[in-house]
Amino acid sequence: MIEVSQKCIGCGKCVPVCPFAAIQMMEKKAVINEACTLCGACVQICPVEAINIVREESVLKDFSNYKGVWVFVELSEPEDKASAHRAAPAGKPQAEAVIEGARKIKPVTFELLSAGRKLADELGQELCAVVLTDKNRAYEKELGALDADKMYLVENPEFFEYNTDIFSTAITALVNRHKPAVMLYPATIQGRDLAPRVAAALYVGLTADCTGLAIKDGLLLQSRPAFGGNIMADILSPNSRPQMATVRPNVMKISDPVYGKTAVLLREEIKIDKTLRRVKVLERKITREPGALKISDAKIVVSGGRGMKTKEKFKTLEELARLLGGMVGASRAAVDLGFKEKTRQVGQSGTTVSPSIYLAFGISGAVQHIVGMKSSDVIVAINKDPGASIFNVATYGIVGDAHEILPKLIEALKRKG
Amino acid sequence: MHIAVFIKQVPDTTEVKINPETGTLIRAGVPSIINPYDHFALQSALELKKKHGFRVTVISMGPPQAKSVVQLALALGADDGVLLSDMAFAGSDTWATSYALSRAAKKSGKLDLILCGMQAIDGDTAQVGPGVAQQLGIAQVTFCEHIDLDGKKFIVKKLIDNGYEVVEVKPPALFTMIMPPDYAPDYPSFPDIHAALAKPYQVWSAADIGAEERYLGLKGSPTQVNKIYPPPLKGKAQMTHGSVHQAVDKLLEIMKKERFIEE
Repeated sequence: MIEVSQKCIGCGKCVPVCPFAAIQMMEKKAVINEACTLCGACVQICPVEAINIVREESVLKDFSNYKGVWVFVELSEPEDKASAHRAAPAGKPQAEAVIEGARKIKPVTFELLSAGRKLADELGQELCAVVLTDKNRAYEKELGALDADKMYLVENPEFFEYNTDIFSTAITALVNRHKPAVMLYPATIQGRDLAPRVAAALYVGLTADCTGLAIKDGLLLQSRPAFGGNIMADILSPNSRPQMATVRPNVMKISDPVYGKTAVLLREEIKIDKTLRRVKVLERKITREPGALKISDAKIVVSGGRGMKTKEKFKTLEELARLLGGMVGASRAAVDLGFKEKTRQVGQSGTTVSPSIYLAFGISGAVQHIVGMKSSDVIVAINKDPGASIFNVATYGIVGDAHEILPKLIEALKRKG
Repeated sequence: MHIAVFIKQVPDTTEVKINPETGTLIRAGVPSIINPYDHFALQSALELKKKHGFRVTVISMGPPQAKSVVQLALALGADDGVLLSDMAFAGSDTWATSYALSRAAKKSGKLDLILCGMQAIDGDTAQVGPGVAQQLGIAQVTFCEHIDLDGKKFIVKKLIDNGYEVVEVKPPALFTMIMPPDYAPDYPSFPDIHAALAKPYQVWSAADIGAEERYLGLKGSPTQVNKIYPPPLKGKAQMTHGSVHQAVDKLLEIMKKERFIEE
């Protein structure tokens, strides 16, 4: 519950910060009404610490038998699968058209191992990788190179492709058997499908899409952006184990691999019932295109502003975005000039984006634009004017003419293939 | 068939302004909207209703003013509306929210399908949908774009990390919806809004859905917010002045360094 103590000086600072309009000033005291969701925004702003969220202390549990930092190893998707249900004549049994492809460990796994290593060292515990696969391809060597101490391996033909029911059942069983203190998943589509299912089954804390991880008083401190990237929150899960998090790809730096080191291979037997598979894949198409994503979900955004001059010239950004596997955004000025549709407008009156990289071509950097992209991990600004305010928020600034740089950049990227 | 759609009222995060001096949020005057992903989920449900005559129930958990999203859904054509509102829900994290919503789903009778947005724009967790599916013990398909019905089975197009899949699943199931690029949200006409305001909707408390208090709110939430703070401001940009050639080299170097292109 939330309480306003006698310390309240009636300054009223909490009233406008409440996202739910749940605070009113009555007789120079803050009064919180039933619209309150206990989000804590007012607690942060109060200058005299008069507002407190009171949490009933749960009985302290003993978690000393929970040890180790686990990383879920995500493998690349199997090859494309043709639509069997459309091709096969009705009534005939349909063979699973699975093509034997070498499934690789996704790079995001190495990011997690690098971050997990630091946590494990801090805790003085082991770093363990968890692999569910239909066929082990000496993954322990690759995982060992990233300094994983152990690899828990469950080999079962049912793991030939990702399936929510089968994977969550196996992970839940493994966690119950070995009791890790921390478990990390990539915040990919697969990781974000799997982790909450496991967390719900185990009744443990799970923090989504973390961009920072640390150990604080023996607990996993999880940092993540919220409110469209407008604020950061630090999250703890003190009363349940394992402490679980999904980690945003392209954030954690990969440590230098030490080849020759091998993770200790531990084979695990887990009974997997075929009938668990409630969702069946009929068709799969692997593409590099960002597909149906909105610009707010794009990992790479190539944006242009008034400096792109014409609609025709603006189109060169499309080519760059395609080469990088990103999406095109635009400033409000560019949208108003008709260079790009409104749905791609980045900024206060458009969409807020927080991609891994934001490339701004010919954007001066009005506040209206900056608030919509400043939480991007890396901002690269290209502008003729060395005094453009976009350079104030950029990670890298390049003073130059976008119209000269763009074609040359595209050419160089094409040469690389 | 009977579909439930979970919808959430959220502050329009794209309208949140930032105090350029302090880097803090200015939330005053930020409008509340239906979570855009939930809006698409609702439209997907209403499309199934139009084609197959399904019954559509919307359920929203939130403070009393969240009734406006329930009324919006009713105006757009939902058959029944439920507002889950109780101080006991306040402070619920994704686990406790999943618990409350799964209790509400149980009270709604036999459901064949539950739809919700892939995530809400204020939290961006994408955890409540799968959490509900697990707590109800039903199948889930996340990040879906399109739903078809083939006899008694759903055929769903969903995103995967480097492409898409078409999957088949029998009811009951829960799908979380993305927003396709060509999608435009429908808004009700004034007469429809007017009519919806007269439509009854139900308000359920924690007791109504048989939820145990120990699993709700802060007490029932395994995660705790330790601190909220403005994102760190970027340092001074590393500037490059020079020829076009130098600029291109620098850009390639940055992209390699940040791992957006291969060495």
